[in-house]
Amino acid sequence: MTERQNGIEVQGLVREFKKGPRAVDGIELVVAPGEIYGFLGPNGAGKSTTVLMLTTLLPPTAGTALVGGHDILREGPAVRASIGAALQEAALDPLLTGRDHMRVQTTLQGLARAERRARGDELLERVGLADAADRKVGGYSGGMKRRLDLALALVHRPRILFLDEPTTGLDPASRSDMWQEVARLAREDGVTVFLTTQYLEEADFLADHIGIIDHGKIVAAGTPESLKAEIGRPTLEVVPADRDRRDAVAEVLTRFGPPVAAPPDTAAVRLDHGTEDLSAVVRALDAEDIALETFQLHAPTLDDVFLARTGRKLEEQGEERAAEAPAEAVA
Amino acid sequence: MTSSASLSEQVLVMMRRSIFQTLRQPALIIPPILFPLILVAINVGGLDAATNLPGFPADSYLDFAIAIPFMQGALFASINAGTSLARDVETGFLRRLALTPMQRAALLVGNLGGVMTVALFSSLIYLAAGFIAGLSVKAGVAGVLIIVLLGLLIALGFAAIGAFVGLRSGSGEAVQSLFPVFFVFLFLSSVNLPRDLIEQDWFRTVATYNPVSYLVEGVRSLIIFGWDGQALALGFGFALALTAVGISLAVHALRTRLVRT
Repeated sequence: MTERQNGIEVQGLVREFKKGPRAVDGIELVVAPGEIYGFLGPNGAGKSTTVLMLTTLLPPTAGTALVGGHDILREGPAVRASIGAALQEAALDPLLTGRDHMRVQTTLQGLARAERRARGDELLERVGLADAADRKVGGYSGGMKRRLDLALALVHRPRILFLDEPTTGLDPASRSDMWQEVARLAREDGVTVFLTTQYLEEADFLADHIGIIDHGKIVAAGTPESLKAEIGRPTLEVVPADRDRRDAVAEVLTRFGPPVAAPPDTAAVRLDHGTEDLSAVVRALDAEDIALETFQLHAPTLDDVFLARTGRKLEEQGEERAAEAPAEAVA
Repeated sequence: MTSSASLSEQVLVMMRRSIFQTLRQPALIIPPILFPLILVAINVGGLDAATNLPGFPADSYLDFAIAIPFMQGALFASINAGTSLARDVETGFLRRLALTPMQRAALLVGNLGGVMTVALFSSLIYLAAGFIAGLSVKAGVAGVLIIVLLGLLIALGFAAIGAFVGLRSGSGEAVQSLFPVFFVFLFLSSVNLPRDLIEQDWFRTVATYNPVSYLVEGVRSLIIFGWDGQALALGFGFALALTAVGISLAVHALRTRLVRT
């Protein structure tokens, strides 16, 4: 099997919707076989539209992509045979049990009759749903639905897995369980994972490579480490004990680097010389007789990368963009 | 190792799913059986004097009215088929199916097959209840089989219309809104009186142009007249036409809804 057969190559992919902006605007990306690719961006950035195109469920307006070595436009059935997908909402029938879902999925995916029951039970066991297998899915928690969704995507042993915001709405424990399972799939089973997320820590924890998408364009790409290294310098946040002296603090800090966005009452800068500046900052604040409540140094995060590339913080974008996005673009 | 499941396997698994969906929702199985029988019981109790009208074609109003449950059962079949497919659109389940090698036909045939299985079960209960209450079928045992067959064909036609609306709208509410529309068609037909005994000219005219009249009369003819070729031809003809139109629309809606490259 060649490397290309497990990877994803996207060239100039575009999707336009009627009466809407370009949901995806000429993106290019490569996902190597066996890696986890984190596709990070706020709501409505174009992540789900990209997944729909790569999984053959939405024809692109322009551009092309090879998924598992197959063209998404000309070889749809071959693409679908090589991929599994858990799309944005856990697409389950509330009236069926977990085991019923497995029966439908194993049959439609063409597993041999003798193998269907065993494969379904194996996957239900693997995602911790064996005890709930005969309960109607309508009574499952959000985490259970997500786990069943993932198990169903794995029925036919796909080489490439698309996960569209797999942990959105999950509690921390369920999110952690999902992360462990996704990581295991890539590390132990060699499955290539294309994961969309709006959670920075999810991309940082799981992804080997990251693409950051905003307004349909990829604004940054690389490993989490390389992206953060581009930003390089840490951020210093200071809150004065006397909140009225916030501007005085900001004036002192700007001697050490450019200001960055910060919460109310807080002044923040990206330090020109990194941690070397810290003692000088403390001395300068002391010289101005400013008492401090908080003095915090932050290593660069992916949010800093997003901020540097777009001028906005990623974590603030979600709710705003969700209201703006055309329905199809976030479908 | 996977290979493609045959179309029959795909249809069977989707049909099984459809039957389970119905059985797990008592609201979808009890009303279609109970309500039509209650309505017939009320009509028989209240309208039995209609049999004294000159020209009324039956001695028993039960014999005349037993066709009504088949029509109402068909209306429920349309709601069941439509809401199930609309829910698949709403929950995204249709996209899950689109990612498998399932043929489009399997979804539609499986859904309608499941609904027809429930309709068959309902038909047998209508007839059993009718026989217990004193129903007699002039066309005999073979006529009973034809009644069931025509009843299923009518149910299939209405179910296909429901499937079309469910797929097209992707909304369970839109499918539910079909029910009052179908009910108007039902009551503006010859369902409660023979067309030639309807006094109001406009009503008789509407009933004459209403295809539902011929569906009802097809079923009814086997019970009260025996073998009436014209009534059967019109009944089966309109039922086949309804089914053909409904399935064509549903197939088109499915093709639009279940897009994949």
